Amino acid sequence: MTEYTEMLNRERNAEWRVALRNSVPNKERIAIERVKMTEVEPHERIKSQTCEVNCGLTAEQAQREASRCMDCVTPTCVEGCPVSINIPKFVKQIEVGKFLDAAATLKEFSALPAVCGRVCPQEKQCEIKCFYSQKMKKEPVAIGYLERFAADYERLSGKIQIPKVEARNGIKVAAIGSGPSALSFAGDMIKFGYEVTVFEALHEIGGVLKYGIPEFRLPNSVVDVELENLKEMGVNFEKNFVVGRTASFDDLKELGYQAFFVGSGAGLPNFMNIPGENLNGVMSSNEYLTRVNLMYANQSDSDTPVMLGKRVAVIGGGNTAMDAVRTSKRLGAERSIIIYRRSLDEMPARLEEIKHAQEEGIEFMNLANPVEYLADAGGRVAKVRLQRMELGEPDASGRRRPVAIEGDIVEIEVDLVIVAIGVSPNPLIPACLAGLKMSRYGTIEVNEETMQSSIPEIFAGGDIVRGGATVILAMGDGRRAAASMHRYLQEKHKK
Amino acid sequence: MNKIVEKFKLSENVCKFVVEAPMIAKSRKPGNFVILRVGEKGERIPLTIVDSDIAKGTITLIVQNVGASSRKLCQLEAGESLTDMVGPLGKATHIYKAGTILALGGGVGVAPLFPIVKAFKEAGNRVITVLAARSKDLVILENEMREWSDEVIVMTDDGSSGRKGLVTEGAEEVIKREKVDECVAIGPAIMMKFCALLTKKYNVPTQVSLNTIMVDGTGMCGACRVTVNGETKFTCIDGPEFNAHQIDFDELLQRMRAYKNEEDQARNNK
Repeated sequence: MTEYTEMLNRERNAEWRVALRNSVPNKERIAIERVKMTEVEPHERIKSQTCEVNCGLTAEQAQREASRCMDCVTPTCVEGCPVSINIPKFVKQIEVGKFLDAAATLKEFSALPAVCGRVCPQEKQCEIKCFYSQKMKKEPVAIGYLERFAADYERLSGKIQIPKVEARNGIKVAAIGSGPSALSFAGDMIKFGYEVTVFEALHEIGGVLKYGIPEFRLPNSVVDVELENLKEMGVNFEKNFVVGRTASFDDLKELGYQAFFVGSGAGLPNFMNIPGENLNGVMSSNEYLTRVNLMYANQSDSDTPVMLGKRVAVIGGGNTAMDAVRTSKRLGAERSIIIYRRSLDEMPARLEEIKHAQEEGIEFMNLANPVEYLADAGGRVAKVRLQRMELGEPDASGRRRPVAIEGDIVEIEVDLVIVAIGVSPNPLIPACLAGLKMSRYGTIEVNEETMQSSIPEIFAGGDIVRGGATVILAMGDGRRAAASMHRYLQEKHKK
Repeated sequence: MNKIVEKFKLSENVCKFVVEAPMIAKSRKPGNFVILRVGEKGERIPLTIVDSDIAKGTITLIVQNVGASSRKLCQLEAGESLTDMVGPLGKATHIYKAGTILALGGGVGVAPLFPIVKAFKEAGNRVITVLAARSKDLVILENEMREWSDEVIVMTDDGSSGRKGLVTEGAEEVIKREKVDECVAIGPAIMMKFCALLTKKYNVPTQVSLNTIMVDGTGMCGACRVTVNGETKFTCIDGPEFNAHQIDFDELLQRMRAYKNEEDQARNNK
């Protein structure tokens, strides 16, 4: 039995947990229907970029939902969680109404519970591993909603608890980038007692949580509270600092930094390299979302402009494509269209995002792939030529491969095109580290367990290693890197 | 926050700032740029670093008041601060001993050209600089360029300073007169286009530094896309300097106008 399962067991055998399990027969628990998240009506929410779609659960809803959980002997849900949250414990704390305790439990494992409760694909992680999904073919306990509930409850109560940290050990470490992997890393390292500085190139902390994910899905104010917690715990943040450029790794070592975590992300947008892609009005989802989310270009007092479109096409079928297309609707587009080369079934976006998009009147043009953009007289994109596709045999990803239907080309009128077909690792940081082993895709090669790179004092995680994944996988990397950097530094200092 | 130590007016619409930035002053190389903001809702403005003083911990920036954001910057006085600044960004200029360098600067493009001229001179090259502007009042950094060039030719559209004519006329005269090993041209995109056409005719390798639209300046957004030798490059991380003979200038000119309507509106509103 591992230390972790021992801990789960010990917690499960706490008196209050035993009593709670015995107080309600499982039959009754099973009979309860899964809670429905209250959502702002589509016609209301598309009026605002900042109006969050999901309203969160009430205390009553949360407690009732928590009581569905049977507090299994072997909680499989935790296996699905990349940061190993003690899920049954916080769910049961909600059931008994100890909401602040539930929030504290979350914070033991996750630096960003209010974020994860909103953007994690729980349906593919903890919830798919829930006993209800696995054995009973019933809807799983809404672990994600409950996580969000506990984190929001604590934030709104004003009684924000700062997790305990060890006494400072005087050893300086740095996180490069301030997205989910780096924040998660920083949260653990500060708990272990290190002096932690997070270096961010942009003028805002948060990485993709700020520049990428729109406020209707993840309000910036929610992110800020989690950042404030890390500051309170003692994490130092340096904005407007590009490690390797503003100061070199050697400069930082001279300043006493003994190890580095590179979480610089996959900030390099991919394009399709088709004719007309550099026309005005064709841009990456990163550019579009950054202008709106980070620079507030849609607000009248912002100095940054953003191109608006009446007929907006977003190329791609991932979460970022959904974020971009739904943003365009909120910025006043008459038609907002997803153009995706496979069918709805293969779409990588979360089901919830697809559903929300559909409700908001987003059109889906599936089995279509852009081959060329055509300009108007002023040089701005006016049309996209699309190759119709059909599904062939499954490819390496297990999804059916899209195959062009020869000669089946259609043109549609557009005045804004947002390319959201994925990102590549940002080369800025790796380029400053001679001898760092890279993959041919430009990602940093690390030991998968320790997240240590070919340079012993450099660890890495998140999209710079994965090349484009989710917030929670990045956070898991950050945690693993922190644990192994901790071992590495303790070992080093023993000598 | 980066404090403005000194401010000078170089011409009616061009200001020079000496700004506190000790780390950037130390780490910057010729050709690098910074991105700065004025105000919490300010635009991210890319500007080439003109010079630095490591001892004083300052860098020099030169900005032309062309739009709402640059006007905000130009309205700042010594003692006030920029909201924030990041850098040095972009690839540094490849400085080496080439022989004779022909440096061509148009308008406020003379500012980013200055550190390159200085570095090539320091590397032991013969440097001939052609400065061009519409009129006498708009010629900037003439004395500084004279200090670091073997020869300076001033060209103005109206003949109010130096000789009357375009930068390309001054350049062609030099190329015809003596062997030029490398040319560097910085200025408005249209000027760089014609400089590139000229030097291509004479087979003189030419670098230009592009001031495309940017947002983050770290490769994240791709607003600064430019076609070089048939391939899409990002000015912020692949540049800002490129082989002038490989650039699709017509596309560049088109892309520079991407936000023209919004910019006009902002200029008129504020």
